[in-house]
Formats: sequence, structure tokens, C-alpha cells
Amino acid sequence: MNWLVNALTSTIGRKVLMALSGLFLILFLVVHLVGNLQLLKSDGGIAFNTYAKFMGHNPLIQTVSILNFVFILTHIFVSLFLTLRNSKARPHGYAYVNNSSTWSSRNMGILGTIILVFLVVHLVNFWGKMKLTDFGIGSYVEHDTTQDYLDLYTTTKAAFQDWWLVLLYVVSMIALAFHLSHGFQSAFRTIGVNHPKYTPFLKGLGLAFSIIVPAGFAIIPVYMFLQG
Amino acid sequence: MKLNLKIWRQSDASASGKLVDYKVDINPEMSFLEMLDVLNEELARKGEDPVAFDHDCREGICGACSLYINGRPHGPMQTTTCQLHMRHFKDGETIIIEPWRAAAFPLLKDLVVDRSAFDRINHAGGFVSVNTGSAPDANEILIPKTESDEAFNSAACIGCGACVAACKNASAMLFVSAKISHLALLPQGQPERERRAENMVAQMDAEGFGACTNTGACSIECPKGISMSNIALMNRDFIFASLTSKPELKVSEGA
Ligand code: HEM
Ligand code: FES
Repeated sequence: MNWLVNALTSTIGRKVLMALSGLFLILFLVVHLVGNLQLLKSDGGIAFNTYAKFMGHNPLIQTVSILNFVFILTHIFVSLFLTLRNSKARPHGYAYVNNSSTWSSRNMGILGTIILVFLVVHLVNFWGKMKLTDFGIGSYVEHDTTQDYLDLYTTTKAAFQDWWLVLLYVVSMIALAFHLSHGFQSAFRTIGVNHPKYTPFLKGLGLAFSIIVPAGFAIIPVYMFLQG
Repeated sequence: MKLNLKIWRQSDASASGKLVDYKVDINPEMSFLEMLDVLNEELARKGEDPVAFDHDCREGICGACSLYINGRPHGPMQTTTCQLHMRHFKDGETIIIEPWRAAAFPLLKDLVVDRSAFDRINHAGGFVSVNTGSAPDANEILIPKTESDEAFNSAACIGCGACVAACKNASAMLFVSAKISHLALLPQGQPERERRAENMVAQMDAEGFGACTNTGACSIECPKGISMSNIALMNRDFIFASLTSKPELKVSEGA
């Protein structure tokens, strides 16, 4: 197994870990967004609460959510290693630099840190409360039987009455947009996917993704805040 | 034309250096290095130490010249410092001249850095082994035009180190990937393909270069326009080699 350790601790191996964990997180974002958009339905939370109940009890989803934590930690720790190595590679900086690259590509660490702060607040607020404290139990009638569920909808709605929380969400989603505007296409190059026939498509897809998905997430708190 | 120069002066590797102001009055048709020659002649006449800088061919092909000019390797044009002409600057302009900055390129004096890390990376695998004897026939092995053009583009790298100088991470991946790709794209490069990728990447890491974050500054600043697609090919070769290369068999001496 020595060969595997050597490969994964090389600069390229670490970059591949960044890229694969990043791509997994991108997939996760899609699933998460589809669920969250149920919050926009004006059905008093039934669609969203049913979705949350399904996610909380499906064994496949539970496994994926553990993987998700593993990948987030991988992404964060490997990025720390790489950032440290990269700053050691240039101990003496230039007096004057005239940059030719994009701003996001040079600031992935800062953008990632904003996302990390957001993640901590977000998890403490929702996931932590869901696991550790009792939510109100709601119920609704379906096919003539009464279904119980944790009333996540009401909690979410209450949380998004704080303007500062809404602001944090919007700012973080802007950071995510910039992180992905570079990260999406960068990840494919890192894992060696590059071809004149497909790369332009992947770049376009990355740009669209990095605008549409964060915008979708950001609309939710803003909408619920305005709804009152 | 009159210019104000701010040049990094440092007497040797261990000394501390600083930017020193100079003034020159030169002909705009001169090259950047000729402008520095004029300054050095003046310094020599005054009995001062001339500014040390690397140069050799002054034709844009050897990769020796290496100045970080106004915040960009080789200055404002996509060319080598020796092929950069003073007409691209304005009369009265201030020009900041610094050496390449990277831990793997230790500074020797003023604007001269030691780039032998690149040589060691090439020694680790940037070659093909051929039998000596009479020269093989040209075109004996057919190579598709698209492949040979691509290999030729990669082979255009002159190893000046502008990619490392431009990269915010002082990463050498554009250089290493160009060297790996130009052989990986040709039939002659196949027998040693896996070993080449593994050994050259290992040497690159051992030299202390940073890791690529795909900012693309390397390719934009490269005087030869080496493309980022080389990096994708290098990564692909490295990943496949890591997953599939076999350890060398011990050959028994026989009975
Ligand atoms: C949902 C959350 C996130 C997603 C979808 C995501 C996605 C990505 C992707 C796809 C890349 C490109 C990988 C490559 O260039 O090969 C990347 C790079 C990066 N990410 Fe994230 N990321 C997320 C969160 C974070 C967090 C929380 C941090 C830091 C604490 C972070 C720090 C970085 C850094 C520093 C890089 C650049 C690394 C490099 O290119 O060497 N990211 N991210
Ligand atoms: S001196 Fe040879 S490339 Fe500039």
C-alpha cells in the first residue's frame, strides 16, 4: 500500500483528492437544493417536511450523508496542506505583482473559509438542533391516516426572520458562486479530463452551475424573510 | 528615452537585498537586455558593481533570460526578456525589475537565480532511451499530424521558469507537464511513459515547488504560449501510472 500513500501525498495526488471531494460536494449541492426548493411551496410546509422525513430515514441517504462529512473534512484538510506548501514555495514575495489570472482562482482559500464559517453556523442552526433538541411535532393527513413529522418547516421559517442570518446566507452563497466558478472546471483539469470536444461544454456547464445553484439556495432565505 | 529603474540588488545568497533606483537614457529600439547593458557600462565606468542578470542566446530560444518586469515575468509582452523592446515602455516610465521568486530557485546574485532544479527534473525522466549506432530513418514511424503538432507545441518550452515566477504557488507544473507531454504524445515516448510521469513528478515535489491551483497565470505569461492542457495530460499520466505501474522484477542470475 506504500504506492497508494506515495501517490496520494504527492502534489498531484493531493490535488486529485481536492478535485474528487469537490466534485462530490457539487453533486451533494444539487440534491440538497432540490429538497430545499420545497420550502418555496405555499403548502404550509407539507412538501418540505415529507422530504426531510424521507432524507432522515432512508439508509442510502444516511450513508451518503456520512460520506459527505468525510469529503468535507478531506477537502478542508487537504486544502490546508496544499496552502501551507504553496506559501512555503515562495518565502520571499515580489515587491510588485501585476496579476493575469482571475480573482477567484487566486482566492479559493478565502472563499472556502467563508463557506466553512457558513457551514458551521448552518449545521449548528439546523442539523444540530434537529439531532439534539426537540422540534415541534407536526402532523398532516395523507390517505386518511395521520402522519407525524418533525416540523422543520416552522423552525426554518422562524430562523429566517433574522435579517443578519439571511444576510450571512446570501453573502456565503456569493462566495460559493465564486468558489465554483473556478473550482468546477479546475477539478476536471485536475483529474485529467481535457479534450477539445468536451472541455468547452464543461466550462460552460461550470459557469451555469456556479450561478444557478448558489442563486437557488440564496432565494430561499430571502423569500421566507420577505414572506414574514 | 529616459527611464527610472528600480532594480533588486543583492550581493549574494545570504545577504539581504533591496530595490535600488537608477536612471538611464536609451534608444527605444534597444532590447531590454541592451538597456541593462547601457546601465552596466555606466556603472562599470563609475567603478560600481554592475547588475548581474542571466542571458545567453538573446534570440528567444535558450531560456536563460529571466527578469520579473513590472509585476510580470518577461514584462508586458508575450515574449522572452531578450526579445522585449524598449518601445513598449513610455518615456519617463518607472520600471521595477526583480528576480524570479521561488524557494526552488535560490537567488545567487542580484537578478540571477539557480534553476538547476529544472535540470534535475529532466534528468529524472525527461528523455527517451535510444540505441546508439546509425541514425534511424526519418519518418520510419508514422505519427498523425495532429499528434505531432501537439507534441511540437509542448516541446516549444525553453525551460526559462516564467511559469514558476508567475504562479502564485511557485508551481512548476506547466514546465513539468510540457516535458512529460511532448514525449507522451509520441510513439518513441511510450516505453518509458509511466516511469517518466512518476519520476518527474516525484523530483518536482522533492525540489519544493508549490502545487497547481489552475489559475492559468503560467500559460498566459509563458513566452512560448505552452497550454494548460499539458497539465491535464500530465495528471492523467500520473494517475494512470500510479494505479497501474508495476514494480521492477528482480531478474535471477540463472543456474
Ligand atoms: C459545498 C462546499 C464546497 C464545494 C462544492 C467545493 C468545491 C471545490 C472544487 C470543485 C474545487 C476545485 C478542485 C480542483 O481545483 O481540483 C475546490 C477547490 C478548493 N476548495 Fe472547495 N469546495 C467547497 C468547500 C470548501 C471549503 C469549506 C474550503 C475551505 C475551508 C474549501 C477550500 C478550497 C480550496 C483552498 C481549493 C483550492 C485547492 C486547490 O486547487 O489546490 N472549499 N473546491
Ligand atoms: S537570452 Fe536566450 S531566450 Fe533570452
